[in-house]
Amino acid sequence: MTVTAPSPSTLEASPLRQSLGLLWRDKFAFVSALFLLFVIGAALFGPYLVGSGGNKINLMARNAPPLSIHLGWHYFLGADSLGRSIFLRLIVGARNTVMLAASAVFCSLVVGSVLGFIAGYRNDWTSGMIMRMADILMSFPSLLLALIVLYVLDPGVTNVILVLAVTRVPIFLRTARAEVLEVRERTFVVAARVMGASPWRILWRHIRPTVMPTLVTIATLEFALVMLSESSLSFLGLGIQAPEFTWGAMVAQGQSYLGTAWWVAFWPGLAITLTAMSLNLLANWVRIVSDPVQRWRLETRTHTNG
Amino acid sequence: MGSYVRTRMLHSAISMAGLIILVFFLARLTGNPVDLYLPIDTPVDVRDAFSKAHGFDDPLLVQFGSFLSDLVRLDFGQSLRQERPVLTLVLGAFPTTLALAAAAMMLALSVAVVAGALAARNPNGILDRFVNVISLAGASLPNFWLALVSVLLFAVWLRWLPTSGSGGLSHWILPVVVLAVRPCGLIAQVVRGAMISALSSAYVKTARAKGVQSRSVVFVHALRNAMLPVITVAGDQASGMINGAVVIEMIFGFPGIGKLMIDSIQYRDFAMIQGGVIVTAAAIFLMNILIDLAYAVLDPRIKYN
Repeated sequence: MTVTAPSPSTLEASPLRQSLGLLWRDKFAFVSALFLLFVIGAALFGPYLVGSGGNKINLMARNAPPLSIHLGWHYFLGADSLGRSIFLRLIVGARNTVMLAASAVFCSLVVGSVLGFIAGYRNDWTSGMIMRMADILMSFPSLLLALIVLYVLDPGVTNVILVLAVTRVPIFLRTARAEVLEVRERTFVVAARVMGASPWRILWRHIRPTVMPTLVTIATLEFALVMLSESSLSFLGLGIQAPEFTWGAMVAQGQSYLGTAWWVAFWPGLAITLTAMSLNLLANWVRIVSDPVQRWRLETRTHTNG
Repeated sequence: MGSYVRTRMLHSAISMAGLIILVFFLARLTGNPVDLYLPIDTPVDVRDAFSKAHGFDDPLLVQFGSFLSDLVRLDFGQSLRQERPVLTLVLGAFPTTLALAAAAMMLALSVAVVAGALAARNPNGILDRFVNVISLAGASLPNFWLALVSVLLFAVWLRWLPTSGSGGLSHWILPVVVLAVRPCGLIAQVVRGAMISALSSAYVKTARAKGVQSRSVVFVHALRNAMLPVITVAGDQASGMINGAVVIEMIFGFPGIGKLMIDSIQYRDFAMIQGGVIVTAAAIFLMNILIDLAYAVLDPRIKYN
């Protein structure tokens, strides 16, 4: 007697389609994903599409208020004190804003997890030393430390990335260490050690795959946080310097025109807020979907609602 | 308990020493303060005299040694820019920042606990989703932008509150509220999560079965147990509050430690930077230890031995 089991694909849609379906049902997460796609698109292709449009000075459009479409469609968000279109500058500025935050998060993810893996795996005096170093960084307001460092070194792109990365290393370090401390006592790791696997092999092949998802989730949230820190630095004038600019620098530039042209400072700040919020909303959604209990709640709710 | 506090003090002291070394040498790397404080055409002998008077001509290690020996006697030196003892200036500015941060933290905690607890009563209900989105939005707002927008709205357009400066109570409203928004959003998220798990636990079911009022189940039984993670996040936010205070003090012209530090960095006022860093770090260390002790008060199961 042969039983032909129905292939899974006829019963259930593919995991990708399932996830997209769930995303569509959570309208906040869906809109966030769309907005983030737009921001990433602007960061990747913006400078090619817009060209030098973000720096084009049009004295006729000086401090043009929003909806000044008669001057050109791209003035719908208004213009700054030199008549440069705010919309085009937002598109061009997206690249620096996203690139700075992404590089900083990547650096601190790599450095933090390597140090955290060593600290967690060895758990002896090296661990103590690494943790004390993290304590020094954690014990002091990161913005003040960044200000001092950037005042010493000049605020170029590399230095800004380094400073932002260094101040956020402790988060990854502590999480990685805590996770490794727990995972290294699990049976499969002990088994690998008994079989004679080298420490590096155990760390790379056995511990890393277990710990990495947590660290990547933290990295998503850190991205929003680093972007906010970077804009604070730019706002205080110690971010990357002109002619390069980020959204934070645009807010700083608009600060002096607050009374006469509020839109110069308003839109870039709104862009920062919306990007950070989309990241948070999406990370929140991913957390719910990847948790079986909560996912079940999400799926059943949508079924009962029709 | 005593030995635990001693270990923590020791760790803090090591971190503190690291920080002091770091800041001393970083500050020296900013350049020669003589260039900044004397006119360019100052004769060489006057420059040398100025250097000598402030000890800038000594080798770095000698400067570091005398800095340490002064530090032991709690002598932070003289501010170059204001020509007054550093400790007086720092201790003069610190209460302002402390009051600003404490008021903002109180506001954030009380709003977040009430909102998070109410949201957790009905997970995925309308109120829960509303609180969830609002708190995420709050956690995503860059505070300098929020400060500018609120100045624009409440001071420039509506003229209800002063734009900047320090003085009466009305000068405190905007800075405190703006500073509270981010921690409030973050804490509300944690309260909500902790409350949802606390409300589904066995002791809450027991309390409900006994016929305890719903309000007292939420705000007495569940909330006390949900407070532990909340204290952790609130503690993490403490040094974040100082970060926020730097920006807020700059925008609102508040005479706190943040503004003092930024001015000192710009004027290469070494003694001032060191003093500010040390006092701020000491305050943060002290608070972290207090938070650890607060755990023991909230959770009788935790014993530090």
